[in-house]
Amino acid sequence: MTPPEGSPPAVRRERPARARPRLIDCDIRHALRTIEDLNPWLSRRWRDHLTHYGSRQPVAFAGQWAAKARADAWPPSGGPPGSDLDFLRAQQLDRHDIAWGLLNLQFPQGMDERNQELGAALCRALNEWVVERWTSRDKRLKAAIIVPGEDAEAAVEEIERWAGHAGFVQVAMATRAIEPPGRRRYWPIYEAAARHNRPIGLRVSGYNGRAVSAAGWPSYDVEAQHGAALTQQAAVVSLVTEGVFELFSSLRVVVLGAGFAWVPSLCWRFDRHWERMRDEAPHLTDRPSEAIRRHFWFATHPAEAPERAEDLRRVIDWVGWDRILFASGYPQRDMDDPEQALPIRLTEDERRMVFGGNARAVYGLA
Amino acid sequence: MRASTLGGIDCDVHPALPGMAALMPYLDAHWREQVNFRGIDGLDLLCFPPGVPAHGRPDWRAPAGGKPGADLAALRAHVLDGFGLDIAILNCLYGIAGLGNEPLAAALARALNDWIAAEWLDREPRLRAAIVIPTQNPDMAVAEIERRAGDKRFVQVMVLAMGDMPLGKRMLWPIWAAAERHALPLAIHAGGTARHATTGSGWPSYHLEDYVTTSLAFQAQLLSLVSEGVFAQFPGLTVVLLESGFTWLPAFLWRANATWRALRVEVPWVDRPPADIIREHVRVTLQPADAPPDPRDFSRLIDQLGSEHMLLFATDYPHWQFEGREAFPPGFPAGLRRRVLTDNPRETYPRLCTAPAEETPA
Repeated sequence: MTPPEGSPPAVRRERPARARPRLIDCDIRHALRTIEDLNPWLSRRWRDHLTHYGSRQPVAFAGQWAAKARADAWPPSGGPPGSDLDFLRAQQLDRHDIAWGLLNLQFPQGMDERNQELGAALCRALNEWVVERWTSRDKRLKAAIIVPGEDAEAAVEEIERWAGHAGFVQVAMATRAIEPPGRRRYWPIYEAAARHNRPIGLRVSGYNGRAVSAAGWPSYDVEAQHGAALTQQAAVVSLVTEGVFELFSSLRVVVLGAGFAWVPSLCWRFDRHWERMRDEAPHLTDRPSEAIRRHFWFATHPAEAPERAEDLRRVIDWVGWDRILFASGYPQRDMDDPEQALPIRLTEDERRMVFGGNARAVYGLA
Repeated sequence: MRASTLGGIDCDVHPALPGMAALMPYLDAHWREQVNFRGIDGLDLLCFPPGVPAHGRPDWRAPAGGKPGADLAALRAHVLDGFGLDIAILNCLYGIAGLGNEPLAAALARALNDWIAAEWLDREPRLRAAIVIPTQNPDMAVAEIERRAGDKRFVQVMVLAMGDMPLGKRMLWPIWAAAERHALPLAIHAGGTARHATTGSGWPSYHLEDYVTTSLAFQAQLLSLVSEGVFAQFPGLTVVLLESGFTWLPAFLWRANATWRALRVEVPWVDRPPADIIREHVRVTLQPADAPPDPRDFSRLIDQLGSEHMLLFATDYPHWQFEGREAFPPGFPAGLRRRVLTDNPRETYPRLCTAPAEETPA
């Protein structure tokens, strides 16, 4: 398999090199204590707006997302799980001797905001906040540039603002956007990300007003949570079929929050039907599985639970050992301990790749 | 070649309705007038445009044009004789589920089932069929099942994978109760009615995307049926996935088990791992096989399914899923073929084991 085109971002030496590679956790969910944390970076207008009107999203009510965190992740300082740097540092970074922890904000998205001006203001403030309160205070932490993705022009502006900043390693994109992520309205975002050599971090997130699947609106969280992970497959299919990688050949996409065991069968199905229907999408020059192999990386969380652990090895053989990135999903209830995320015996090389080497390569981390 | 499928049972064959005119003899005066007055026609599902090469194998298309699958003699030659089959089950894809008008949907479902009985089943004793129901209205759907259940040539109840709501929802339970009562499996076929975007990320641009991601709708349906407790409520109910693909199943089952373990407190009636429930109650058809490029991966995958009872032979005629008579993909375990061809279908469809009634009950 060929590595992605384009050279990795310049290596930033912020820690002395060590003989033994240390862990990189590609998915740590940090959080605001309250939306008021953003006040220093919001204008009076938006502060008042949030106080009076709140956020406008196509959902019936704002759920208690923090209840999905593990019970011991509530920091003694009083905020929700993931909101206290010192606590997160002790509970995750220090405990597992993590070299780099990649932050992915659970809420708010900015991208979901139907008032697009507010969305842009929120994204700007979130990026300022994460630099001041997180990445500049602990150099092990690296953030994703939050963008108002439904307004591509404003999103590109935000990418331009932060792409050169050492606190950011990727551009965050919601899977459940208003349109499938491969559609043209999002192309300027991919162009900017590719130009700045930043991967897209595709997160299982977003409120787009659509049912989580074509089957309709489910009743139970157990369906909705699994269903949301399934939408990552649709996002991959969209990005490939629309020809995004034909246009932006150096673009890399990291799929977060959906595991990876589904990748081989999706590739087989995609290839088979592309062979039959390729006249519909003549712009595609590669087999879909080749495009996926070249442009996608997959975070492990939530870890797959095959009934026979050794089946996992064959799955990773197929996906590519250089494409799997360890991610804990801290502090979620289903978070994965690095010792248990892959319940198979790994060679030293495999361990090195999955628990650090692959992330160093795709994110250009030293 | 032919010997490899001799005596088999094809669980997914698609007869095409030529047009509304064919149903007119089976509609009463009111609905005939409605159809004429409103010019109702063209209810073929847009999710299977007949012009798309994939939806009509070149050698299975009529030389003179027309919809593939519309001619009994051709179907007999291509499927029954071509593969040397004992039985083929007709699953007629027509847009009844997409209608907002519930009484019209019920009238068309009645007419379609009567048309299938008269024009296909009466003329070819090797054919069986699915009862098409107006899923929009559970009372009407139950009435149609009751009306047709006496005719043992109807062996399952068919709905689409993408309809108004997830199929496990309690509102639909009377339909599944009727199906269970009459030993009719619930068959879920690929396709939909555009009630919801075909992906949770919105409407894709390409038909290719719709077709590939249909497997996700099937996965959502399995999550719904299991999580709502349908199989706890109706322990005798079997669900058959038609044209769903199945190579996605192992990874799906692994994820479903993991999510259930984390969140099972929410659904206490799901009292064992979803994979166990699905292996017991769910069957899947062979085509499209969506096979891995390396045939050795295929037997590994069959092994991961964890059950020899799940796969049912199907050609998906006239859709173009394979070439010639190679309905079993390369690498398909030879020892499993006979089971998939005959044993599994007979275990899935109790009505295949009883002689069909001589006459269609009125």
